[in-house]
Amino acid sequence: MTLLTIENLSMKIGAVEILHDVSMSVAPGEILGVIGESGSGKSMTAFSVMQLLPDAATCTGAITLASTDILAASESDLCTIRGNDVGMVFQEPMTALNPVKNIGDQVAETIRIHEPGVSKAEALARAREALDRCELPEDRFPLTRYPHEMSGGQRQRVVIAMAIARHPKLLIADEPTTALDVTTQAEILTLLKRLVTEDNMGLMMITHDLAVVSDMADHIVIMKDGEVVEEGPAATLYKDMQHPYTKALFEASSHQPDRNAPLKSPPLLQVKGLIRDYTLPREKLLKAPGKFRAVNDVSFEIRRGESLGLVGESGCGKSTLTRAILGLEAIQDGEIILDGAPLFTEGGVNPMARRKMQVVFQDPYGSFNPRWKVARLITEPFHLLDNPPTGLAFETAVDQALISVGLTPDDKHKYIHEFSGGQRQRIAIARALITRPDLIILDEAVSALDVSVRAQVLDLLAELSEKHGLTYLFISHDLSVVRTITDRVLVMKAGEIVEKGETESVFDTPQHPYTKALIAAAPRLPDDSPADIKETA
Amino acid sequence: MFRYILKRLQALVISLIIASLVIFAAVEVVPGDPASFMLGINAQEDTIMALREQLGLNVSLWERYFTWVTGMVQGDFGTSYTYRTPVSDMIAERMVISLPLALYALTLSTLIAFPAGIIAATRRGSVADVSVMGVTQLGVAIPNFWFAMLMVVVFAINLGWFSAGGFPGWDAGFFAAMKALTLPAIALALPQASILARVMRSSLLDTLSEDYIRTARAKGLTRRQALWRHALRNALIPVLTIIGLQFAFLLAGGIIIEKVFFLPGLGQLIFQAITQRDLIVVESVVMLLVFAVILVNFAVDLAYGIADPRLRRART
Repeated sequence: MTLLTIENLSMKIGAVEILHDVSMSVAPGEILGVIGESGSGKSMTAFSVMQLLPDAATCTGAITLASTDILAASESDLCTIRGNDVGMVFQEPMTALNPVKNIGDQVAETIRIHEPGVSKAEALARAREALDRCELPEDRFPLTRYPHEMSGGQRQRVVIAMAIARHPKLLIADEPTTALDVTTQAEILTLLKRLVTEDNMGLMMITHDLAVVSDMADHIVIMKDGEVVEEGPAATLYKDMQHPYTKALFEASSHQPDRNAPLKSPPLLQVKGLIRDYTLPREKLLKAPGKFRAVNDVSFEIRRGESLGLVGESGCGKSTLTRAILGLEAIQDGEIILDGAPLFTEGGVNPMARRKMQVVFQDPYGSFNPRWKVARLITEPFHLLDNPPTGLAFETAVDQALISVGLTPDDKHKYIHEFSGGQRQRIAIARALITRPDLIILDEAVSALDVSVRAQVLDLLAELSEKHGLTYLFISHDLSVVRTITDRVLVMKAGEIVEKGETESVFDTPQHPYTKALIAAAPRLPDDSPADIKETA
Repeated sequence: MFRYILKRLQALVISLIIASLVIFAAVEVVPGDPASFMLGINAQEDTIMALREQLGLNVSLWERYFTWVTGMVQGDFGTSYTYRTPVSDMIAERMVISLPLALYALTLSTLIAFPAGIIAATRRGSVADVSVMGVTQLGVAIPNFWFAMLMVVVFAINLGWFSAGGFPGWDAGFFAAMKALTLPAIALALPQASILARVMRSSLLDTLSEDYIRTARAKGLTRRQALWRHALRNALIPVLTIIGLQFAFLLAGGIIIEKVFFLPGLGQLIFQAITQRDLIVVESVVMLLVFAVILVNFAVDLAYGIADPRLRRART
């Protein structure tokens, strides 16, 4: 007996075909993992089930939910089904809740919409139960809490409570943990599994991350370009995957770029006893404002040619540390020395030290001015130089930078919206390379990229490091990526470095309890996956 | 919420003190001596001195500032240099016209703008949306005095529904008075309503594309329910800001409309006072307007606090 059946579903938005001949099914109590990269149509499949598609979308095929034909249902029937028979959890917990309503009202709304006869008090009582089930106890999370008073993981629990308040038969979770830290991710996944078992609910779990579903899904569907390319029971799919794309995806997830460990070389960057305080808003008009210590007595060094990882969860101070090293913010105590020269001198940031480093940020969309052409974008760091190249030298520098990141010189005349996410990140790297710096800070530089694109960018970084003798400070919340590309790693928690050491030894034998917790929480691919995938990929 | 109100009150008092200092200083540096202006160009030097003494212009600046402020707090705005009548009476006389007119215009503008903005946003790209956008474009572009004269020609002269101008006073009865204020209120409201409708539309469009609207739809809410329950309150914040600014403008900025309709309002009073160097009247009316603006902003701040719980934590 299946709960949800999708048969030969095709969906068009205007004339563009988004989904082609997609079929899958979910049984009660079953977890279906739907895996794919951005643009694969995995979210659109979920929204087709909910029929929450853009106005111009048309579906053909069949979607049957417990004997109801979804595609034939009227809008008012669909409103009865949404929230009642199907619940949905979204990727962005920070924005998925209405900021001006308290959590009690928002969870109770699901109940009151579908049971108009229920009194407000009773709906709130049942909202309380739903929140309790999602492990938000009353003493710490009363119904009168507002979303802005909660963390991302807690908000995601509220979203889940809203989705399960009416005990739906099917729960659709669209990248429910992508925006969360690893330890929070592990907790949310455990919660979802428990709810599935308790309610005998079907779960359609959409993700880009193979590892996330590997130990929870019963059945897995792999999608690419709006089509299902491979499917099978989770237990066997990882072992005998057939489709080349699946193998490529699998290989990319655990991709290990070729790189040589650096020789013992002198330190390039030294950070000594760094302290960074933030001034809190004034409580009272005449009272001195309070302080928050974001980075507390941090010391480390990076040797020339080395790749150093910095891991930690959101709010641990890693971004603050990055901004301090880049000289973007004044520091309260400590020293930053780059290639023997102090970064902060009497007159402010020392330009001699500053020009030796560049940065690549996470967001390949937001870190470019959309009105500038690529040539102007990537040559912006020239302002750091005393004699920036002009004329032919300028053109050559641009061409070389673009070629070195795998783009063509013609790309310099284009605008940033003409490129894909991976290409944009290449342009960001070109921008960082153009002044020939010694140190490049990669602040979550590959976190927003699809796994296959991420693998390419990691290869590029390894290659550039060999070629130009670059040193990397690699900041990420993603442990698996840090493991593949760094020589040494620092683990940061609450503004302090709690553990440091060779990457392999830290990952294999973590000493600090926090490091242990982080590594235990990180999702992992099954170890018994085929060994020959590298050749076919 | 209580702490939030306290904070806003604190800010209100500080702004008032700063504003009074600035106004006083600005008026003091304006060239032109009220005493010599009142007595004409042929006045004797000792007569001017005597009048200055009588007007209290000979004491130190600080003393005059404190006399002025303490007087105002007690409702005594001083005596007009030109008319020799208490300024508070003059202002009160004008306020009974300007305040109801401003409120009337603001009510009209809100009543027009809200439905227009909501309809345009919910039916984006439809005929309704395009017409709202077109009409509001026109409403912003047309000078309101021209529109006012057009209304006088149509509704007062041709149709004879309203009088062309003047104000019968509140003694003539509520409806008679309101009738006299109707055309001026419409003329004042038109550009305001156009701006407000556009702000409402764009704010609502932004809100409707938020993730929590999708969440609400996934809970089973219809489009309409999602709009009323989730989008509207969130979209209101920028709209409230504009309403606050508009009220302040309507109170004193209607001088042209007052002229067109022969209404003895605040705008006319301040205009006269400036041309006659009646500095005490200028100071008082400007201070009163500043007070009104600050008070309205305070009310808008409170409305923010009600609309958005995130602001109640009194961070500013």
